[in-house]
Amino acid sequence: MRSRRDDRRDNDANAAAGNGLLDRRVFLKGGAAAAGAFMAFAGSESAAAPPEIPPGMTMAGAPLSPYGSPAGFEREVTRTLIRSQPGTTGAGASRTPLEVLEGIITPSGLHFERHHNGVPTIDPAQHQLLIHGMVARPLIFTMATLARYPMESRIHFLECSGNSQLMYQPTPPTLTCGQTHGLVSCSEWTGVSLRLLLQEAGADPRADWILAEGADGAAMSRSVPMAKAKDDALLALYQNGERLRPENGYPVRLFLPGYEGNMSVKWLRRIKVTDTPTMTKDETSKYTDLQADGKSLMFTYPMEVKSIVTRPAPGLKMTGPGLYEVSGIAWSGRGKIRKVEVSADGGQTWGEAALSAPVLAYALTRFRIPWKWNGAPAVLKSRATDEAGRVQPTRDELIAQHGANVLYHYHAIQAWRVESSGEVKNVYA
Amino acid sequence: MFTRRAFALAGFVLSVAGCAGSTTGETPNLGRPATQAEIAGWDISIAPDGRGLPPGSGTPSQGALVYTQKCQACHGEKGVGGPNDRLVGGQGTLASKTPVRTIGSYWPYSTTVFDYVRRAMPFAQPHSLSDSEVYAVTAYLLSLNGIIGEQDVMNAETLPKVKMPNRDNFILIHPWKPKTP
Repeated sequence: MRSRRDDRRDNDANAAAGNGLLDRRVFLKGGAAAAGAFMAFAGSESAAAPPEIPPGMTMAGAPLSPYGSPAGFEREVTRTLIRSQPGTTGAGASRTPLEVLEGIITPSGLHFERHHNGVPTIDPAQHQLLIHGMVARPLIFTMATLARYPMESRIHFLECSGNSQLMYQPTPPTLTCGQTHGLVSCSEWTGVSLRLLLQEAGADPRADWILAEGADGAAMSRSVPMAKAKDDALLALYQNGERLRPENGYPVRLFLPGYEGNMSVKWLRRIKVTDTPTMTKDETSKYTDLQADGKSLMFTYPMEVKSIVTRPAPGLKMTGPGLYEVSGIAWSGRGKIRKVEVSADGGQTWGEAALSAPVLAYALTRFRIPWKWNGAPAVLKSRATDEAGRVQPTRDELIAQHGANVLYHYHAIQAWRVESSGEVKNVYA
Repeated sequence: MFTRRAFALAGFVLSVAGCAGSTTGETPNLGRPATQAEIAGWDISIAPDGRGLPPGSGTPSQGALVYTQKCQACHGEKGVGGPNDRLVGGQGTLASKTPVRTIGSYWPYSTTVFDYVRRAMPFAQPHSLSDSEVYAVTAYLLSLNGIIGEQDVMNAETLPKVKMPNRDNFILIHPWKPKTP
C-alpha cells in the first residue's frame, strides 16, 4: 500500500514544470496512474459495461469492400468551418479537425481545402503540362509521360498562409482548435522533381523565376523563385499513396516544401520560366502582409515556426482530474523542429515535451508530455523552436512587430484555458 | 534493367551537359516539343511591364457598361457595397485600424487588374470577356479609383504606364530588384 506521501514524492521527482507537468519519460517508465480520457462529442460514451459476448461475435461481419471508409461511429470527424465567399460554394476554405486526429499524417479526405474558384473536374487523359518561357525547348507533358519519370516521396506539411487569421482579432475566437488553426495538414507527397523537367526544357540560367498556373476557374497563379524550383520543388502526383484527391490538385500539383500553401499551385497546367515575378493577384493584392505603418511585406514565403496543443483543446472536454497526455503538433517552414516546450501554468514554467519519431524537415512533428491535472483552472501553452533556432513568439510580440492587420503568417504561442468543468477555451494569455 | 543509380547519375550528366548547351543525359525525355501556336493559346499571364498584353483597347465608359452587366451584382455599384470584394476607394486607410484594401488603395501593378479579370472573372464565366472588354473594365476600375481620367484609353501600350498609388509601399522580402525599363 502506497502512502499519500510516497505519491507526492513520486510527483516531485517526475515534475517537468509547474502545475503538474511531468517528465516526458513518465509514460515510458510505466507505473503511471491510469490516464484520463478526453471526450470529443457529448454523450459518446456509455457507463454500461459491455456484455461478455458482444453482438459482433455472434454473427457474420460486414462484407469486403472495394474502397474503405472510416467507422460509422466516426462520422462526426469531418472537415470543419466550411466557408465560401458570398454567392459561391467553392471559393473559400474548409479546415482539418486537428483536435480529433493523432500522429502526423492527415487523412487525405480531411486535408484542409482552400480554393479560389472551386474544384475543377479534370480528365487525366486530357490534361497536359506546358513548360515554356525562357527555355531552349518548350515541352508539353501528358500525365502518362509524367508517371514514367523517377519519383520521390516526402512527408511535408502544407499550411495556408491565412491559417489562424482570427487570432489577430482583439478577442479570441470561440471556435474549436481545428476551426481556428486547421488550415494546416500533412501528407506523404510523391512525384517528379521539377528540377529534372526544367533541365530537360533547358531553362535559361538568367531566368530567376517561374510562374505556376492552375487549370481551375481562377487559373490560380503564383511566381516562384527559380532557386526554390530547382531546389526541392515537386510535381506531386500521389498523396498518401494514392493519386491526388481532386481537391488537392488532381491530376498534378506543384509542391513547395515549407512555403505558404497557395504557392503549391493545384491542377498545374503551365510553368513559364521568367526573368521577373509576374505580380499576379495572389502575390500582390492577397498574400502580402500589411504592417501597422501601412507598408506591406511581399514574397514572405516560408511558414514560420509554430505549434499547437491539439489535446486538450477547444472541441474536447477533460473528464475529471488525473493523469493525461498533452499532445500537439509543431512545424516550421525553415526545416526540422528541434524542441517543443509546454507550460501548464500560463507560461511561468516550461517542460520539454517528447518528440515522436519521425522528426522530419517541413513536416508536422508530434509532441507529447504527461500532465497530472489537479482539476483547477489552468492555462496550457506550447512553444516550438526549429533547427534554424527560431522560437515561436508570444501573440503580443508578434503583433508588436507586425501589427494586427497582417491577415497572414500568424504563428504565435497558443494558450488554452482548461476550466475546472473540463471545458477548454481559447484565451489571450 | 535499371540500376538504382541510373537517374541520379543522369542528373549529374545533364547538369554538366547543360553548360555545353546539349541535352544528352539519361533522363526519360518524354516531353513533346510545344509549338509557338500552342504556347500562344496557353500563355495568358501578363508581366508587370506589360509583356503579354494582347491587342485591343477600352475606355472607362465602355467598361461601365460591361461592369453593370457582369460585375456589379458581386462587387456593388461603382465597385463598392457588393457582397464580394470592394474594388474602389480606401486610399489613406492602410495604416489605420480598419484598412480597406482595394485596387485603388492597395494593388501595386495595373497589369495585374487586366491579368486577373481576364483569367478569373466573371466568377461564374471566366474567359467569357473579350480582350477589349477586359481593357474596358480595367479602365473603368482605374478611373473609379481616380488613377486615370474618364477619357483615357487602356491598351497594351498605355496600361503598363499607369503607376498605382500604393506601388512603393511594398517591401520585398525575397531578394529581387525590378529591372528599370
